Amino acid sequence: MSKAIVLGIGNVLLSDEGVGVHAVKALIEQYELGKDVEVVDGGTTGMELLPDLEGADHLVVIDAIRAGQSPASVVRLEGDQVPAFFKTKISPHQVGLSDVLAALAFKGHAPAHVVLIGVQPVTLTLGMQLSPEVNAQLDAVLNLVVAELAASGHPATLRT
Amino acid sequence: MSTRITIDPVTRIEGHLRIDVEVENGHVVKSWASGQMWRGIEQIVLDRDPRDAWAIVQRICGVCTTVHAIASVRAVENALQLEVPLNAQYIRNMMLAAHTLHDHIVHFYQLSALDWVDVVSATKANPVTAARFAESISDWEGNSKATMFDTQERLKTFVGSGQLGIFANGYWGHPAMKLSPEVNLMAVAHYLQALDAQRWANKIVGVLGSKTPHIQNLAVGGVSNPISTDSQSVLTIERLLEIKECIDKVGSFLHNCYFVDVAAIAASYPEWLSIGAGVEEFLSSPEFPTDTKSTQFMMEGGFLHGDNLAGFKKMSGFGDPYFTEGVAEAVTHSWYTYKNGEDQLKPWKGETTPAYTDFQDEGKYSWVKSPTFYGKPAQVGPIASVLAGLASGHEPTKLYVERLDAKVHNLSGPKLTPANLNSTVGRHAARLIRACVVYENLLANWNLLMKNIGDGDMTTFNKPTFPKGEIAGVGQVEAPRGLLSHWVVIKEGRIANYQAVVPSTWLAAPKDHEGQPASYEVALMGTPVADSERPLEPLRTIHSFDPCLACAVHLTDLENKTAVTVRAL
Repeated sequence: MSKAIVLGIGNVLLSDEGVGVHAVKALIEQYELGKDVEVVDGGTTGMELLPDLEGADHLVVIDAIRAGQSPASVVRLEGDQVPAFFKTKISPHQVGLSDVLAALAFKGHAPAHVVLIGVQPVTLTLGMQLSPEVNAQLDAVLNLVVAELAASGHPATLRT
Repeated sequence: MSTRITIDPVTRIEGHLRIDVEVENGHVVKSWASGQMWRGIEQIVLDRDPRDAWAIVQRICGVCTTVHAIASVRAVENALQLEVPLNAQYIRNMMLAAHTLHDHIVHFYQLSALDWVDVVSATKANPVTAARFAESISDWEGNSKATMFDTQERLKTFVGSGQLGIFANGYWGHPAMKLSPEVNLMAVAHYLQALDAQRWANKIVGVLGSKTPHIQNLAVGGVSNPISTDSQSVLTIERLLEIKECIDKVGSFLHNCYFVDVAAIAASYPEWLSIGAGVEEFLSSPEFPTDTKSTQFMMEGGFLHGDNLAGFKKMSGFGDPYFTEGVAEAVTHSWYTYKNGEDQLKPWKGETTPAYTDFQDEGKYSWVKSPTFYGKPAQVGPIASVLAGLASGHEPTKLYVERLDAKVHNLSGPKLTPANLNSTVGRHAARLIRACVVYENLLANWNLLMKNIGDGDMTTFNKPTFPKGEIAGVGQVEAPRGLLSHWVVIKEGRIANYQAVVPSTWLAAPKDHEGQPASYEVALMGTPVADSERPLEPLRTIHSFDPCLACAVHLTDLENKTAVTVRAL
């Protein structure tokens, strides 16, 4: 059975910067996930994620991104676009993740399939809550994540 | 003619530090260290319950989560004069020790070895010769011919694919790179093995902390998880035995691989034992408390000047007034303002009000504040910790200093002394010695915890109660990068002020109110620069401090910048 990992990264002290972490928390609360799906709150870390990401076939990353879109837009990137995207350093932990992905590739343990679900932040001000606009996009983010999981053979069901 | 070089960002992992140097006749004559992001994290815990602060502040940084969490609970406990049960001390000590080992291994291999090791050169090595050399200097299991062949194949594929990834920012073929292709190949093999070693260290933190990256098993007054000899949901003997396996694996890598590689770098780059000295005031915290009041420690900390070990002034414990009365922060060259215009403020009275200008060489140029200890900038970090160990007659420290010196000598390298530890390569040597000592402490705490549980003590938590009125406390940690302190003021059970004086603040600070530079700027002076477009040498010195600016300053930098800019002056 293939293994899927949903990784949320971001700094929850900087409002929308933490959208990835907020999203994975909501995912666990709202959905019943298959037993081969692992959900990781990566916070702002880098190399510590290495063991968590080893052995994944499908990796879905959720993060705040600066993609030149209007605020609160949701963006999907895939495959080679993902490490390349992280190299453009829009936040420090992303440099960490690109290094982790490169280290996995060097060791021959890179996930076969990587997808990034990104949300353009409205604000990065100090604060532990998402902006109302980004908060309103959480369902859209989760729908995309659930679709990725279903496409990779890990259907999730909404908790009742 | 002189040349101005700007390096931004400096680190491979955390990109918040900018370094400017002016070079004349191939040497640095002026230097500036600048934190490029605003730090306002402390404001987020204001008016919150002090028992919740640790879980919030551990999110300040992606690298040092565990130490911020521990510093925070210690600060509140210090304010309350709350004792911590022995089991909780041992568990915290082990989390801190394992976190430190993780940090030191990742720092040496993943973050700084590539300043000394030419990865591309390794593709031209003879793997048989590489294995023969590696096996001649160590019994490490990862030195076989098969390993060298395999590593080289991977590397060729990686380099051939044009996707250098982690290796993209290296200065391959730089004249300051001196290792043979074979030694470079050995180092790349160990670089890969270090990725496994850091996993074992991290697993220890994960099992004890319930969760990693961000630990959950902590509380003001102890740790939150009960200990049980049978239940599955808590810390069990089975889990403690699992940890022991990880401890042993980390130990093997540390002693047979990391130790030998640091010796080889020191022997191959002897001139770097006289380049890169930081300020000579050394400050460290005692660490690994072994009593409930935090007055007895496995490692001493305190203050000393230069290599004057006899003049060491020891801290009596956490919150020693000698420490708390000595620390003050200036903002003369930082992008902050103090409302009454003071030169310096003590952390408990600290203010974090931004006042951004642009980068002004003679004015304000950094988001980092300038801390001093009795009026002088201090160097915190592994050198301070090792010197405190030598000064206090700490046997394991003496032993590992002697062993490393013997190994370097064995490889035809120079003698290590307390004086030349204060250098670029000396900082790596000191960090290794510290890793060995911390490893001993990890083992010792594991044994103490097992014995204490065996004696029937299952206590992990003392409930805090908050008095009316105002109290203040400091939480000290001898963190991987050096002395970390969190300062908290609590009023009617809520946080009234909170300041973190982090190791990188001590090291990367701009000049203070009297114009005195801190360690990064001092260490850069006189550093040779062979090629302005590829300033490898200043990076070697800055990387030796293990810079991590995420908590020294904060807020995401949205601009995508070129790493190195050079202009003629």
